[in-house]
Amino acid sequence: MTQQKEITRVQELIYEMKVEQVMVKDVITVEPDTPMSDLRSLLRDKRISGVPVVEGDRVVGLVSIEDFIKTLSDGNMNCLVKDQMTKNVKIIYNTDRLVHAVREFDRWGFGRFPVLDRKSRKLVGIITKGNIIQRLLNKLEIDYHAEETQRFQTSHFFESIITDKAKLTLQYDIIGKDFNRAGEASSNLKKSLKTMGIPQQIIRRVAIATYEAEMNVVIYADSGSLTVRVTQESIVVEVVDSGPGIEDINKALEPGFSTADDWIRDLGFGAGMGLNNIQKCADEMNLESTVQKGTDLEFIVNLNGEGKDETI
Amino acid sequence: MTLKEIVKILNATVLNGSDMLDVEVRAGCGCDLMSDVLAFIKADAILLTGLTNTQVIRTAEVADIKAICFVRGKSPSQDVIDLAQEKEIPLIKSSLPLFEACGRLYQNGLQGCSEIE
Repeated sequence: MTQQKEITRVQELIYEMKVEQVMVKDVITVEPDTPMSDLRSLLRDKRISGVPVVEGDRVVGLVSIEDFIKTLSDGNMNCLVKDQMTKNVKIIYNTDRLVHAVREFDRWGFGRFPVLDRKSRKLVGIITKGNIIQRLLNKLEIDYHAEETQRFQTSHFFESIITDKAKLTLQYDIIGKDFNRAGEASSNLKKSLKTMGIPQQIIRRVAIATYEAEMNVVIYADSGSLTVRVTQESIVVEVVDSGPGIEDINKALEPGFSTADDWIRDLGFGAGMGLNNIQKCADEMNLESTVQKGTDLEFIVNLNGEGKDETI
Repeated sequence: MTLKEIVKILNATVLNGSDMLDVEVRAGCGCDLMSDVLAFIKADAILLTGLTNTQVIRTAEVADIKAICFVRGKSPSQDVIDLAQEKEIPLIKSSLPLFEACGRLYQNGLQGCSEIE
């Protein structure tokens, strides 16, 4: 980002924004007959450097810390605000563009301006250079945040994360025996990986393997969960269920071996190819299972790998 | 081969995605076992199958299948058509049996999945 662009955005903002968006609304005021000695505690307690002097609802002057110092050096602390205040007060209106306020600050060299309502001419606020800077920074931050969020969503998001190590975990629930929703988790995972800008071939391998694993949970178990950990190096998918478990893992891994009922075969699954498919798509697969307890399947697809089976 | 040509060759009916008939299909795969489909099909192929449940659509989505043709005159339920619509996968159906439908497409030059990269 160039400096030129930032300046342009600030210029844009001061033309866009109005004084009322920036000013401080709870204005502290004093009356003309307030003793100068009271001003000291007021300025100190409220941490401000000047206040408008108001008579009724009319601004009649402005008294600042400079006036106070002058009074001090003159040794004249018994006098009233009206004796020391600036009487020819420059004001600005709430509906003025911020750019007008900025020009007025430059022109007069004042530290603050009372803000009047354009119609009623009543005092509605006060504005300082500090308010303007603070509000502009705040607005820039909001803009910047929105821009970042946008970028985050639309592009390769791992590339836009600046960190030594990023690890993203996605979690999906799998509902057993619900064949209408079977495959939904894999479908959602596929979409999410696309958003992240993961290469198509990799997504395809992860999606196929996950879908097979998800179908296994739906067919055999009552519930399960799918956890996907994405880093810059790999995608690790873990599918855990609390199903009946696998009696003989080696046998289950044989192509064509299946314990599926006919109704599962009617769905196009249960042909004894699921685990083989997962093995074929993944760079690494680990399967652990306890009968009556459940199955824990984990597989890894490397992102920068030699690209296992390119033809999948 | 475009889907439009396939519809003509198989004398097929378009079930959804009539606006997607210009898509180019790279190869064909005829199969009723979804696990086999997942194992052997290539991206951008057309799947010819006699299976008509939602799993066919899910399989197509996961395996980047371009289009699905139901054979033997089978019609999927509206749920299945709706899901395909949502996933932007065009569906057609033909009264031909699986073998004959595949044979006609192959005869007209559509390659098999083992023949393409």
